[in-house]
Amino acid sequence: MAIAIGAKLARRDARGDQLRRAAESIVIPLLALLAAMILFGIFVGVQRVNPLTLYALMYRGAFGTWFSWQNTLTRAAPLILTALCTALPAQLGMVIIGGEGAFVMGGLAATAAALALPDAAPLVVQLAMAGAGLAAGGLWIAFVGALRHYRGVNETISSLLLVYIAIALLNQLVEGPMRDPASLNKPSTHAIGTANMIGSIPGSEIHWGLAFGVIAALLAYVLVYRTSFGFAARIVGGNLRAAQAVGLAVGRLVLSLCFLGGAAAGLAGMIEIAAVQGRANANLAAGYGTTGILVAFLARHNPLAIIPVAILLGGIGASGGLIQRRLGLPDASVLVLEGIIFLMVLASDTLYGRFALFTPRER
Amino acid sequence: MSLFRHSRRRFLQGAAGTAAALSGLLPGRPAFADEVVVGFIYVGSRDDYGYNQAHAQGAAAVKAMAGVKVDEEENVPETEAVEKSMESMINLDGATLLFPTSFGYYNPHVLKMAEKYPKVRFEHCGGLWTPKDPTNAASYFGYIDECQYLSGIVAGHTSKTGKLGFVAAKPIPQVLRNINAFTLGARSANPQAQTQVIFTGDWSMPVKEAEATNSLVDQGVDVVTCHVDGPKTVVETAARRGIWVTGYHCNQSVLAPKAYLTGAEWNWEQLYPKFVKMFMAGEPIPNFYRGGLKEGLVKPSPYGPAVGEAARKQADDAKAKLTAGGFAIFKGPLVDNRGKTVIAAGTQQGQTDPTLEKMDYLVEGVIGSTS
Repeated sequence: MAIAIGAKLARRDARGDQLRRAAESIVIPLLALLAAMILFGIFVGVQRVNPLTLYALMYRGAFGTWFSWQNTLTRAAPLILTALCTALPAQLGMVIIGGEGAFVMGGLAATAAALALPDAAPLVVQLAMAGAGLAAGGLWIAFVGALRHYRGVNETISSLLLVYIAIALLNQLVEGPMRDPASLNKPSTHAIGTANMIGSIPGSEIHWGLAFGVIAALLAYVLVYRTSFGFAARIVGGNLRAAQAVGLAVGRLVLSLCFLGGAAAGLAGMIEIAAVQGRANANLAAGYGTTGILVAFLARHNPLAIIPVAILLGGIGASGGLIQRRLGLPDASVLVLEGIIFLMVLASDTLYGRFALFTPRER
Repeated sequence: MSLFRHSRRRFLQGAAGTAAALSGLLPGRPAFADEVVVGFIYVGSRDDYGYNQAHAQGAAAVKAMAGVKVDEEENVPETEAVEKSMESMINLDGATLLFPTSFGYYNPHVLKMAEKYPKVRFEHCGGLWTPKDPTNAASYFGYIDECQYLSGIVAGHTSKTGKLGFVAAKPIPQVLRNINAFTLGARSANPQAQTQVIFTGDWSMPVKEAEATNSLVDQGVDVVTCHVDGPKTVVETAARRGIWVTGYHCNQSVLAPKAYLTGAEWNWEQLYPKFVKMFMAGEPIPNFYRGGLKEGLVKPSPYGPAVGEAARKQADDAKAKLTAGGFAIFKGPLVDNRGKTVIAAGTQQGQTDPTLEKMDYLVEGVIGSTS
């Protein structure tokens, strides 16, 4: 009897600890965000702008109206997917910053797929585009993983350099073999056709990319935290030697997670074509992949946290125009805010385990 | 530990205070009923000494008008972001006339927004409006190759080596037309002159632009010009290397007072107030508008100190002829740099000739290739 009660209490304690850890991982980033807002407030204060006015405006531009919400969520959609490109390989301890390359390759492959099927039904074209985007982005980053695993090439550098190669490839194809001769001063491919475009989520102007992003982030969360595959990946990330010693297939893990991360960014590229641009051109390399790195780090590579962080950064982007217009601040001030947030969140890593409230109770 | 706890409480107090202060602090912007809000959107920064600055100067001229409120946003990429910027100006600021100034904004972004907001006027720079497009959308552009022709004359006279350089972004019709006009101008002053072209591959690549300028100087080029979004790098590099330069987009003479000869400038300060005035008066603005020196859409920079008498005279004469109309830069017999006749003898292509919008060759005297 006494034993049974003891076990129950222990379970309750364990649950309490879990809750405390969860609270810690929410409160600390929020504190970091608040610190960043105070620092940025001082920064704009020096330029004679009232920080409270600024934040009130930012709130209005990002979340204040239904239009603002749609603006924010539209911007957040591609960031969720490109952030996964950094966050998934990060479970293995890899730092991949080449999501932009996978994004561009995904968009390019999706366009090629659509143009190769001129007479197919829209659904078939869209599925082919998604497949091509996923595969192209996935293989692009899997190649980075292979270079790392088999040749010992630093994945951060190789993924970054592959971004330049992807953009060069995009320009070469768009200005050469894939060019629509009618696109005179803005070399572009032929349009994929209005019928093949994927529309908006009903009742809004937010394209379906947001839904795909949220689903992908949820799936990634389940994969990382609820499967033995994800558990193995986190062991590799925690201690490579130990993982090898217990016989984990490190190479397979590296290739699969890199492929999945790249596929997410490739899907974002496909959506950019199928929901926004309608054709491939230099606009594809607009920096979504780069902002995705920031999102992943701010979310501490937790796929679930990526969703709110992407919305936060989408909101900062959405409000950027309003603060330029109303307060006369240069566009770069938004980058300054993002930079300060990034620094604060990185610095806040040292706070984990230092608040008595969040540490496991002594028994 | 207690220190942390203390500061945590302080943080929360601070946060509560901030939230309280935030409520009711939204800065309103009371728009007067008769005030017209005009929005300008730039793809780069508005002080880039180039494409965007030229438009921002036009916006500044509009700002000086009575009854007008100007809304500006810079560094807006050619993605959905520009659609949201336009909508934000319309929904949150009440803009009724928009100038999205980058070429890549037009299709699909401007067209999409024009359909969605039929009461708002969209004036786009560089697009090719066709009658299939919404009637509240419009496109305007200037024949800046006329000014490049004048720059070419000045460069041809000033160059001692006869070797001119051109740093260009992409081999697209607009850029080729500038390179060709510059070269034809130069060869009208010095028939032996040659233009070496380097394509950097993109609109804003300062590192490559500097490399290109340096390598042109190393090859003996002594006057350089460019067609990139921000000519700052090319102008400064040329001045540092001790050669002459002609500007593009706007006046860069402050960057290189001695090396700057002249330049091909947009004259949006003249056009934008005109359009805004027409809009406010309810007069129709043409959906497709083009013009050159004659219409005052472009202008050459004032001559720098290094420009000699002969150069001034020939350039002034050419300017007078172009302003009067009837003088064609592109006329036969015209041979490209592969020996192919591109315009037959006896024919000429005036500025409005649509064939010029599809230019895909480099004229004789240009060293370089379109692919």
